[in-house]
Amino acid sequence: MTSLPPPASKKLGLVIDLDTCVGCQACVTSCKEWNTQGYSAPLSDYDPYGSDPDGVWLNRVHGYEVREQGQDQTRIVHFPRSCLHCETPACVTVCPTGASYKRAEDGIVLVNPDTCIGCKLCSWACPYGAREYDLAQGVMKKCTLCVDRIYNENLEPEDRQPACVKACPTGARHFGDLGDPASPVSQLVAERGGYDLLPEMGYRPVNKYLPPRARRDATNTSNTELPKPDGSAFDRLFAWADRLLSAKAGASKPDLTDYSGKLEG
Amino acid sequence: MTEPVLNTSPKTWDEVKTTTCYMCACRCGIKVYLKDGTVKYIEGNRDHPVNKGVICGKGASGIMQHYSPARLSKPLIRVGERGSGEFREIEWEEALRTATLWLSEVRNSDPKKLAFFTGRDQSQGLTGWWATQFGTPNYAAHGGFCSVNMAAAGLYTFGGSFWEFGEPDWKHTKYFLLFGVAEDHASNPIKTGLGKLKARGAKVVSINPIRTGYSAIADEWIGIRPGTDGLFVGALIHELLSAQKIDGDYLQRYTNAPWLVIENPGGADDGLFARTAQGSALVLDHHSGTPMPALSPDALPRLMGRFKLPDGRRVVTSFQLIAERFLSPDWAPEAVTARCGVPAATIRRIAAELAEVAFSQQVELDIPWTDHLGRFHEKTVGRPVSMHAMRGISAHANGFQTCRTLHLLQIILGTIDVPGGFRYKPPFPKPAPPGVKPAGKPGQVKPNTPLPGPPLGFVTSPDDLLIDADGHPQRIDKAYSWDAPLAAHGMMHMVITNAAKKDPYGIDVLFMYMVNMSWNSAMNVPDTLKYLTQKDPATGDYTIPRIIYSDAYASEMVHYADLILPDTTYLERWDCISLLDRPISEADGPADSIRQPVVEPDRDVRPFQEVLLDLGARLGLPGMTRTDGSPRYPGGYADYIVNHERAPGLGPLAGFRGSNGKAQGRGAPNPEQLQHYIDNGCHWFYELPDHMKYYRHVNWAYLDWATFFGFVGKPDPIIHQLYCEPLQKFRLAAAGHGKVVPPEAHRARIRDHFDPIPFWYPPFEGQMVSEAEYPMHAVTQRPMAMYHSWGSQNAWLRQILGRNWLYMARERAGELGIADGDWVTVTSHHGMIKAQAKLMDGVNPDTAWTWNAIGKRAGAWGLSPDAPEAKKGFLLNHLISELLPEREGGYRYSNSDPVTGQAAWYDLRVRIEKAAGQEPVSAPQFATLKKLKRAK
Repeated sequence: MTSLPPPASKKLGLVIDLDTCVGCQACVTSCKEWNTQGYSAPLSDYDPYGSDPDGVWLNRVHGYEVREQGQDQTRIVHFPRSCLHCETPACVTVCPTGASYKRAEDGIVLVNPDTCIGCKLCSWACPYGAREYDLAQGVMKKCTLCVDRIYNENLEPEDRQPACVKACPTGARHFGDLGDPASPVSQLVAERGGYDLLPEMGYRPVNKYLPPRARRDATNTSNTELPKPDGSAFDRLFAWADRLLSAKAGASKPDLTDYSGKLEG
Repeated sequence: MTEPVLNTSPKTWDEVKTTTCYMCACRCGIKVYLKDGTVKYIEGNRDHPVNKGVICGKGASGIMQHYSPARLSKPLIRVGERGSGEFREIEWEEALRTATLWLSEVRNSDPKKLAFFTGRDQSQGLTGWWATQFGTPNYAAHGGFCSVNMAAAGLYTFGGSFWEFGEPDWKHTKYFLLFGVAEDHASNPIKTGLGKLKARGAKVVSINPIRTGYSAIADEWIGIRPGTDGLFVGALIHELLSAQKIDGDYLQRYTNAPWLVIENPGGADDGLFARTAQGSALVLDHHSGTPMPALSPDALPRLMGRFKLPDGRRVVTSFQLIAERFLSPDWAPEAVTARCGVPAATIRRIAAELAEVAFSQQVELDIPWTDHLGRFHEKTVGRPVSMHAMRGISAHANGFQTCRTLHLLQIILGTIDVPGGFRYKPPFPKPAPPGVKPAGKPGQVKPNTPLPGPPLGFVTSPDDLLIDADGHPQRIDKAYSWDAPLAAHGMMHMVITNAAKKDPYGIDVLFMYMVNMSWNSAMNVPDTLKYLTQKDPATGDYTIPRIIYSDAYASEMVHYADLILPDTTYLERWDCISLLDRPISEADGPADSIRQPVVEPDRDVRPFQEVLLDLGARLGLPGMTRTDGSPRYPGGYADYIVNHERAPGLGPLAGFRGSNGKAQGRGAPNPEQLQHYIDNGCHWFYELPDHMKYYRHVNWAYLDWATFFGFVGKPDPIIHQLYCEPLQKFRLAAAGHGKVVPPEAHRARIRDHFDPIPFWYPPFEGQMVSEAEYPMHAVTQRPMAMYHSWGSQNAWLRQILGRNWLYMARERAGELGIADGDWVTVTSHHGMIKAQAKLMDGVNPDTAWTWNAIGKRAGAWGLSPDAPEAKKGFLLNHLISELLPEREGGYRYSNSDPVTGQAAWYDLRVRIEKAAGQEPVSAPQFATLKKLKRAK
């Protein structure tokens, strides 16, 4: 079995905002296209133009319709799912060959394809369903946090972030050091009540999810309406139009209009 | 255990090239990573004005689009029967000679016998000009079945519209109303905008029968019944008028609310504006009590009242008429709630929230500006309420008037082109409506002669219609006839039906580009296939004798064409995304961009635009040949992009003009222009100075500048047309006034729908079929990771969504005895399909829906015939008739908006029942298309 490195202060990970994820799949396909030519290359596709197209993805987005307590309306939540780079990952300790490992330097959990024997113990150990076995390659694949992008000196500094984060149009994905309480991602987590998935499992995921913000619909907005004084709305509108004019014309100006055709009826 | 040594700086590419995406009409800037000439990775371009570095699910799957096995590889000529898939590969020279022969026969005899229609292409600046040069009025792109209601309603009202015409002020908006499906228009800009609004705490309200996509993250979802948005919006207007929560200054200064309308029932001038001899509309000046020209700097116009002019004519202000309509109890929330399916209390609350944000939270920017009358404004002030709508409003037979109602709401709140409101994107605003008229009147279509103007434009009275002396349509699609007088984008959905029925006449050649008219772009697919293969018993020839089709992929349409001109993918071509066409501008300033070939085609294919210019030269079209008969643009499309001029100094690209490349907007052609674009990341953006960023319809400095750039002909203010006088001219014609009057049979329809003040009427299909028999609505939504039919051939995207379901409300399904996963029949007045049901709660209970264009015909798009797209996927198109049921007298109007001819896709009414047979295959299943020769 594989041992974990001593806890490091640097904990790279993602913060995913469930309030703004619209389920557009930009992160999903951006991940696939980078990683099918990157560290995890290739990410196999099976029967891509046939009756049962399937393949390996390191990041998937699922949509769930949920009904919160006390709400009439349901809500659709889009839930991106990928490796959470746990602090104490069972997928690593279960690995018989050391192929699955957690980097001492930044906490990224990786699979070494050269020593992976494809036994799948790690995918059974992961409660988050984050690992995908590549049938064609015979090895396990998983999110690398784009380890081949985030330090890549051939990329411009602004581009040194995971492909999914760079792609996300709504800004629902954030990357940074969750081990540093002063980092923007840690502050975002603090501000928005970011939470762990399945904390009771004890694997201490580094990635955090930000919950949907409270809705502001009929259920929690006071049911205001515009005032409705007695009398004709039409007369009030007429009076309003007159006030508009007199305010502009100034009090001293007499109204010279010949209203011979004044409002009929 | 030691960690393996990792190379964290691998270089998996040897070159990065910028270009422009084509996975939808957003046209984001992209960077393409290449290794040994192979595409490895595509990402968003950080410097690009549209997407600022982000990319969508489709864009990031562009590699699989580019390497799709559905790509066509060589020109084909049909050798078997239409639909058989029997083709012979031919060389380009033979293909071009054949096309030239067919087209020249038409042009030599009667150019209108060519119907040239293009789909979702982005080169309408070129294709429209080509049609003009050819001399056929029968040209349009796909706008007639997409969103012409939205475009026309906006352009006739305030000289702009939603989508590529404008956008919410994402930076300042505090309250955002999103109507209907919008996920593909726009894609990344709206997603980015929603992210900003949510981060700032602005409220997002979605009005949509279905709570998916963008609606999923809205603060509030209003699950309205399809086709009733106009009632909902009208009730908001009722509430705001009742409480006088309206922007009086804005109405007085920048709209025709105070303009005087003649009241002369039965007279030829009834309902027209009272005007000066010079044509200026009049207002009643409060100071003097006399009528004055509307644009007099000294006038203080009255917004309300009925008056008698010195010449004795009775007049009333536009606004008075609008108030009379919307203050009526018919528009009270209680009166519309049952039809809309929205509680009256919700409507009242939304109105109160709009009023609160608009009038208590106004935005003031420290930007001084000067308006069209020379009035100096120390600050730029706005009401931070914005709106967006697309097909959900548009694709109904009442969509034009509904969209006008929506604009009325925006304008009474004073929110057009103000901080926090809805902002124009240059070249908009244009005059309301733009000044160009459609060409193609009798006598304007002549052998071997260009049209005197473009085939598409904006009519302002019956005199502009393309009809003959008897009132018969001149265009094959009947656009600009009494059937659809304001059909500003044509009516592509009617071309095949009309041509097959020779109503109004038969054609000789149908020439189409990139539009799947035998499948998901057609209403009534089964009959469309019949029309495409129908033969004239007298001659034994097809009723539509010749069909030329260009596409990059083996879509369902390819099998029904006679000559196939294979196009390149988007990574293999030059293109310009032009301000003369469908612009990509930002609200802060104009932008345009190019595509450059980042890889060479590995097949014998040519870019369609290049082919079109080649055909133009072979046909001797004046704009495409020199006087000696040689091609005007021997360098192909790139040559055209750089050297074509619409007016002196105005060409397809606005950036890097002039001999030194420093001129912007107007300047001599610059031979180095494309290199300048490439050096700049394939785009150009000109940020307007702050004082020209708002109130541009009446902004003196902006209008001056826009005149120089050629966006407007002269720097006149663009006064919002709440009361739409051109519509009234049609109503007068229906009452028998004027030189051009509708035949008796059309009169009631014109009179009833050309109301100059927005109103609501039930969608036609709902009016004409029994609601008891067809109690449900059926509509489509757009998945964000798919674009029309292109997505489902993509190896990655089809893993995400490889088939569609029919979604319906859990409770309603229960009443109908339908369980999750049951196969159901869906029946309309026109047809029946079988689909698999999925149940959900976030849907209007009277509505069923599915994803658009996922269903494929077996054998198409390079997919195996047993692909889930074909076996389980389905289209609603089979249920939708392109013709309405017969009216009295037997005439069948198209299933379209009576004003604009917009295809009324979403008017569909259906009955849903559990299918007798539960075998897991959708119906109907069409014969498997024979596989075309694959690209290598």
